[in-house]
Amino acid sequence: MANLTFAGAITDALKNALNKFDNTMIFGQDVGPNGGVFRITDGLQDEFGKSRVFDTPLAESGILGMTLGLGHEGFRALPELQFSAFSTEAISPIMGQISRYRYRYGGTRNLPITIRTPFGGGVGTPELHSDSMEGLFGGIPGLRVVVPTNPYDAKGLLLSAIESNDPVIFLEHLKLYRSVKGEVPEEYYTVPLDKAAVVREGTDVTIVTSGFMVHESMKAADKLEKEGISAEVIDLRTIAPIDMETIRKSVGKTHRAVVVQESQRVAGVGGNLMSEIGERCFMELDAPVSRVTAPDTVYPFVQIENEWIPGPEAIVEKVNETIKF
Amino acid sequence: MAEKLSKLNFDKLVEGYKDNFKMYQVLDEKGKVVDEKTMKEFSDDELVALMEDIVWGRALDERTIILNRQGALANYATAGGQEASQFGTLKGLEEGDFLVPGYRDIGVSIKHGLPMHQAFMWYRGHVGGNKYDKDFPMMVPQVVVAGGITHAMGVAFAKKRKNEKNVVLAFTGDSATSEGDFYEGINFAGAFGVPLIVVVQNNGYGISVPVHEQTAAETLAQKGVAAGIASIQVDGMDPVATYAAARKAREYALKENKPVLIETLTYRFGPHTMSDDPKKYRTDEELNEWKKKDPIVRLRTYLVEKGLWEESREEEIKKEVTKEARQAIEKMNQEPEMKIVDLLENMYEVKPQNIKEQIEKYKAKEQG
Ligand SMILES: Cc1ncc(C[n+]2csc(CCOP(=O)(O)OP(=O)(O)O)c2C)c(N)n1
Ligand SMILES: [Mg+2]
Repeated sequence: MANLTFAGAITDALKNALNKFDNTMIFGQDVGPNGGVFRITDGLQDEFGKSRVFDTPLAESGILGMTLGLGHEGFRALPELQFSAFSTEAISPIMGQISRYRYRYGGTRNLPITIRTPFGGGVGTPELHSDSMEGLFGGIPGLRVVVPTNPYDAKGLLLSAIESNDPVIFLEHLKLYRSVKGEVPEEYYTVPLDKAAVVREGTDVTIVTSGFMVHESMKAADKLEKEGISAEVIDLRTIAPIDMETIRKSVGKTHRAVVVQESQRVAGVGGNLMSEIGERCFMELDAPVSRVTAPDTVYPFVQIENEWIPGPEAIVEKVNETIKF
Repeated sequence: MAEKLSKLNFDKLVEGYKDNFKMYQVLDEKGKVVDEKTMKEFSDDELVALMEDIVWGRALDERTIILNRQGALANYATAGGQEASQFGTLKGLEEGDFLVPGYRDIGVSIKHGLPMHQAFMWYRGHVGGNKYDKDFPMMVPQVVVAGGITHAMGVAFAKKRKNEKNVVLAFTGDSATSEGDFYEGINFAGAFGVPLIVVVQNNGYGISVPVHEQTAAETLAQKGVAAGIASIQVDGMDPVATYAAARKAREYALKENKPVLIETLTYRFGPHTMSDDPKKYRTDEELNEWKKKDPIVRLRTYLVEKGLWEESREEEIKKEVTKEARQAIEKMNQEPEMKIVDLLENMYEVKPQNIKEQIEKYKAKEQG
C-alpha cells in the first residue's frame, strides 16, 4: 500500500500497464520528457524508453487516427488528450471511427485502446480547459465513458479500461488530481467497468452522481444527516453505459432520487439518467426525480466559476425539496 | 551558411512552386515511351499483367454499374478512367503490404485480395462485406474523406515498430487534401518516419467542385512540402508511370522509413456515384479530352506494337469478369440476412446492461 494522490494513482496504473502489457504505448502532447502538463506521465519515458512513451505532433485528430491504426495492429494504445475540451478537434475519430470500429468489422475485431483526458472545473484554467464533455461522449454507442473519483478506483478502473478490448474514454477530473489522497495497492488490480458504487448508504433519498460531484454530494449527505435525512450516494464510475441495476436497487429502497452533475442542465448524462429512473422506477417513486446542475451558459470565466459549479448547498436544497414533495 | 532571402517579392515566391512538381510520365497518350530507362525496368510479363489488371478493372466497373441499375447493389462510386491511378499503383506493392482504400477503391481492393462477394456486400450495405480474415492486410473502405490517412499512418507506425518489412498504401481524393486529416496524417507520417504511401487520386472533382476551386495550390503534390515529405505528381492515366512511381516509392519508404505522397492526375469517366449527374458540373468536351488519355488505349497500343497483346484478350477478360460477378452475386445472396440482434452483439466485446437488455428484446421480436 502507498498513500497516493489521484494523479499518483493514475501514474501508478500506467506503470503497471506498461510492465504487464508489452503492446501498450503512451503518446500525446508533451507526455515525453515533460511528463504531461499534469505530470501524469512523469518519469515514464525514462523508465520505459522512447518507443513506449513519446510525444506526438500537436493535432488531436491525428493522435486518435493513429490510435485507431495502432489498435488495428494489436497495440493497446494509450493516447493522452491534453484537455478534453480540445477533443472537439477529434470528434470525427472518436464518434466516426473508434467507437464504431468493432461494429464496422462485424464483431470480428476489437479496438483495445484507452483515451485518457482531463476535464472539470474549479482550478482556475483559461477558457476551454474545464468543460465537462461526458454527455457528448456518453451519447456515442460503442464507447465506454469512465470517470473515477478516488485514487483506488482511478488505478483499478484505468487498468480495467486498458485490459478491456473495447475502447474507453477515461476522464480525469482536474480538481481531484492533487486534492484527494488514498491508500493504493502497489500491485496490479482492477476495479470492474460498468459498475456503479454505493459510496454512502442511506434510506431516504438516492443521490446519483459522478466525478467531483461525488465529493460535493458526500458533503451534502453529511449536512443532511444533521437534519435527520439519510442520503444514499451512488458514484456512477462508468457513466456510459449506465449501471441501472445498482440505481434501481437503491431507488427501490429510498423511493426518491436526485441526479447531480457538474455540467450544464442541457449537457451531461443527467437528463438520460432521470428518464431511465422515471421510466423504470415510476411505481417506486414518492417524488419526481429531480436534478442539480450548472446553469446553461458556456463554462464560466474563472472569477465566477465557484458560484457556477454546483456545491453542497444546492444539493441539500434540492434533496429537501424532494423529501418535502 | 544557407542563403538568405534578399527581396520581399511574394509573387515570385509562389511562381516557383509548380516547377518542382512536373508531371512524371513513362508512356504518353499515343503509347510512345518517353522514359526508356524506366520502361526497361519492366519485364514483358509484368506489363502484360498490368494490362490484364486495368482491363479487368474497367470491365468490373462496367459490370458493377449494370448490377446497380438492376437493383442488386445499393450504390456505387464509379472508377472507370482511374485504372492507372488505382491498379497501376497497387501493382507496385508486394505480398503483405497493407491497403487503406476509400469508397471509390473497391474494385482495386478485390485485386488486393478482398473476395468479390464481400466487395458487393459493401455496396449493398451488409456487414458481411466487412468481416475479414484476421491477417488480411486491409481496412474497411473509408467513407470519411481523408480519415483513412491518419489510420494508415497509425498502421505504418505499427509495421515499423513490429519490424515488418511492409508498407501501407492509402488511397484518397483531390478534395480530401483540403481536410485537416490529410495534413495531420502526412505530417505525423513525416515526423515519425513511417513507411506510408499516400496516393492522392486527383480526378479533378470532389463530387461537383473542381480542384481549382478547392485550393490555390497548382498541384496537390506540393502539399507534401509543408510536411517535409517526398512528393511527386504522376500522369494518372499512364499505368506504367503509376506502377513505376509506386514501386520506387515502396522501395524508398522501406529503406528510408519515410512516407511518400503520390498525386495521380486522372479523371473519372462516369458519375461520382449512381445518384450523381456529371452534366451539371462538367462538359462533354472535357470528358472526351480525357478519354483520349485512356490508360487502356495507350498500354494496348504499346503492347500490340510489341506483339505482346491482342485485343481479343480484352473480350475474354470481360467474359471472365461477367462470370466472376455472377458467382459473387450468387454467393452474396446466400449470406444470411442481418438481424438487429447481431448488430447489438457487435457493439462491444463485453456487453453492458443496455445492450444485453436490448438483445433480449430483439431476440424475442426477431425469432417471432
Ligand atoms: C469528411 C467528409 N465530408 C464529406 C463527405 C461527402 N463526400 C463523399 S465523397 C466527396 C467528394 C470527395 O472528393 P475527392 O476527395 O476528390 O474524391 P473522389 O470522390 O473524387 O474520388 C464528398 C464531399 C465525406 N464522405 N466525408
Ligand atoms: Mg476527386
